[in-house]
Amino acid sequence: MQPILEMRHISKRFPGVLASDNVNISLFPGEILAIIGENGAGKSTLMNILFGLYQPDEGQIFIKGEPVKILNPNQAIAHGIGMVHQHFMLVSPFTVAENIVLGAEPRRGLSLDINKAKKAVSEVSHRYGLRVKPEATIEELPVGVQQRVEILKILYRGAEIIVLDEPTAVLNPQEIKELYAIMQNLTSQGKSIIFITHKLNEVTNISQRVTVMRRGKVMGTVATKDTSPAELANLMVGRQVLLQVQKNPTEVGNTVLAVKDLVTQDLTGEKLLDRVSFEIRAGEILGVAGVEGNGQTELVEVLTGLRRAHSGSVHLNGAEITNFTARQVKERKVGHIPEDRQKRGLELDFTVQENLIFGFHYKPPFAKHGLLNKQGIAQHADRMIEEFDIRTPNSETITRSLSGGNHQKVIIAREMHQEPDLLIASQPSRGVDIGAIEFIHRRIVAHRDAGKAVLLISPELSEVLSLSDRVAVIYEGQIMGIMNSSEVTEEQLGLMMAGIRPENYHPLEERSPVHGR
Amino acid sequence: MADKERKASGLREILVPLGATGLGLVVGAVIIMTIGENPLRAYAALFYGAFGSLDRILGTLTRATPIIITGLAVALPFKAGLFNIGVEGQMLMGALAAAVVGSSFRGLPMLVHLPLAIVAAMVGGGLWAFIPAWLKARRGIHEVINTIMMNFIANAVLAYLVVEVLRTPGEMIPKTPPILSSAVLARFGDSIPGITARLNMGFVLALLAAVALYYLLWRTTTGYEIRAVGLNPKAAEYAGIDVPRRIMLAMVLSGLLAGLAGAERILGFGRTLFLGFSPGFGFEGIAVALLGRNHPVGILLAALLFGALSSGGMRLSFATDVPSDIIVVLQATIIFFVAADQIVRAIIFPKKKGVA
Ligand SMILES: Nc1ncnc2c1ncn2[C@@H]1O[C@H](COP(=O)(O)OP(=O)(O)OP(=O)(O)O)[C@@H](O)[C@H]1O
Ligand SMILES: [Mg+2]
Repeated sequence: MQPILEMRHISKRFPGVLASDNVNISLFPGEILAIIGENGAGKSTLMNILFGLYQPDEGQIFIKGEPVKILNPNQAIAHGIGMVHQHFMLVSPFTVAENIVLGAEPRRGLSLDINKAKKAVSEVSHRYGLRVKPEATIEELPVGVQQRVEILKILYRGAEIIVLDEPTAVLNPQEIKELYAIMQNLTSQGKSIIFITHKLNEVTNISQRVTVMRRGKVMGTVATKDTSPAELANLMVGRQVLLQVQKNPTEVGNTVLAVKDLVTQDLTGEKLLDRVSFEIRAGEILGVAGVEGNGQTELVEVLTGLRRAHSGSVHLNGAEITNFTARQVKERKVGHIPEDRQKRGLELDFTVQENLIFGFHYKPPFAKHGLLNKQGIAQHADRMIEEFDIRTPNSETITRSLSGGNHQKVIIAREMHQEPDLLIASQPSRGVDIGAIEFIHRRIVAHRDAGKAVLLISPELSEVLSLSDRVAVIYEGQIMGIMNSSEVTEEQLGLMMAGIRPENYHPLEERSPVHGR
Repeated sequence: MADKERKASGLREILVPLGATGLGLVVGAVIIMTIGENPLRAYAALFYGAFGSLDRILGTLTRATPIIITGLAVALPFKAGLFNIGVEGQMLMGALAAAVVGSSFRGLPMLVHLPLAIVAAMVGGGLWAFIPAWLKARRGIHEVINTIMMNFIANAVLAYLVVEVLRTPGEMIPKTPPILSSAVLARFGDSIPGITARLNMGFVLALLAAVALYYLLWRTTTGYEIRAVGLNPKAAEYAGIDVPRRIMLAMVLSGLLAGLAGAERILGFGRTLFLGFSPGFGFEGIAVALLGRNHPVGILLAALLFGALSSGGMRLSFATDVPSDIIVVLQATIIFFVAADQIVRAIIFPKKKGVA
């Protein structure tokens, strides 16, 4: 069978990195090809080349056997290529219909024919079974639906080849299942899909073939059914990866964080957190499980001084820190890995070294008497780059040009190196490769073993369960219950995440043992 | 390696404004030709007018001085994500303070009087900036709107005070009493025979201000915080930076600079304040900052260019039939091309595709 798409001998150099090094990939009609690889391996770059956002230094692209030149996204679209980027590109205040037709609007005279647009949108959404409300504005939609809009947008433009760059990183488990169904439906209608991910179980679940990349090169392409997650992991990082976290029981110490009856409201007076209480002791990881949007963000914001509590109290090491400012909280040795690294965690247009001191920039050895100490900053950066394996040409590179996973590593390095008494980690492994996840998980466990407290927030049950000593489930701003993670099943958690309290149901006889990743 | 890359990207930063200037001159040439004049002759006259003799060179530097400072005054809040349109008004207030302090306190030694007058001017500008700064930081009122309003108020206040209160008796046009000799910024021309240009110590202050701004932005924690706020205020908040305070600081420092520009005009250049002494230096500063990419070095060069165009423009209209209005056209087209930098990039980097 002839491939619908081939990229041959593609090379692309950025200042200081060879992002694509003689890369060959092919895609067959009706196929789902997974591309996996470490952070910074060059996956997004390769796809951006395909989509005409970058020009390759060398190599050629063939569509249905014909060589083509793709100079910009419009030409890519004309060749039937569509792409959903790692970070969405929708116009938030616009409606779904407006976003989908944007760039290829049906017109009446000079103005947009909105009715025709709506009709066209419901037509595509019907044909491919992607349900959306055409009148809804983007900002009121959950991410999963926004992603669907991105996919529809591509289909509306008549894409045959669909590129999804880490589509599952932002989705909850339910949304991931729906995405799988959509993908399968699309291939059954003859579309071909390239799917980038860091999660090996997703690869085995959905793809027919897997291409593994490392440091700009293709390490190999294998049929999914002939491989295993362990083998893929090995190919990807070039060594054995522990897919399971190693964790030994430890002694817990004094209470580090004590949260009591915490309440916070939005402007309309609706409670975003409702009498939240819990404690974390030294040497303990408390996981917070819950469907995204049930108050996790607000909880972290209140604890870190980014949002006001209306009532209740927060104590750190016995001292009250309720409604302290962000800097005051930091000063008391609280580290914070924020859930949104682009919005909160980084100054994307700062250099890597500047980001590695962000929030500590006024303290020695980075500054003295209000003056920055260039040497101290540079040395610190080099140490962090080495220790946390941040892939960057050098410490003076603009952070924006790093790959998604390396953004995350910059934040983790910055927040962990100062060994905070309390580490608040929101989705610490979002978008990072398995080698890095292993590393991050090990660091978090080591942090706990060193007698510090960790608050871990993650929508991924397996992550919460494998790392935490205790798990709290949050639902609509309330804590549904707190359990020892060794005594709880995914099923129980699932029920609590849906708002059913443990005292209101009777556990099943056979308990499935908990599996980590 | 890293150095080479930085130089390469630095080069690109310079190429765009240079390309914009070149394109502006080309458009100007076309216009001059349609008038029926020879553009080469016109540009030669312009160049001669700006740099043809020592006096003319000093004249160009004199014209550049206030817009170096106002350019810096625009750039600083810009780094914090703020657009200070009120530099003009802040400069007027600074000039007012300089005129009042500089013409009073007879008998003070220069060592006290001059610094006092300069500081008064800077405080005047700073206070005028503090009002919109506070409104922005604490009440969320957009700085573009309220700095524009403050410009109108400054104009009206100045007009009232100069005409009704401070006017020198017996003068035809309303102007303030002359600056006392103990409060003037010395003019370089006074010690060189044949020099009429009024280049004064204010030029040195302008250069110092450029160095100070560079130092502030890239060497101090305060500058670091200001830049962080400008690029991503949500992240700055996360990092424990007091965003409203940094916003206020950037605006007030900008006002201090604007006041300094007023001091140079009154204490050095004019030595009295009459209404209309500023043809809009504060607004020209916006153009200069834009052309100079908000970088102190770029601003120096851009101010020099604008200064040369203005001072050479006089000569142009004497020596040729080209009206000096062509200068405004040139400035406007250059700014147009800087703002529409994609056009310039497409022309000067034709092969390389723009990186997304
Ligand atoms: N515009 C750019 N300028 C300079 N370097 C870049 C640019 N884009 C990417 N790079 C570099 O190219 C390399 C590959 O980056 P890319 O984004 O393709 O990685 P990735 O495989 O998608 O990683 P991730 O899984 O973290 O998203 C990285 O080293 C990155 O720093
Ligand atoms: Mg990527």
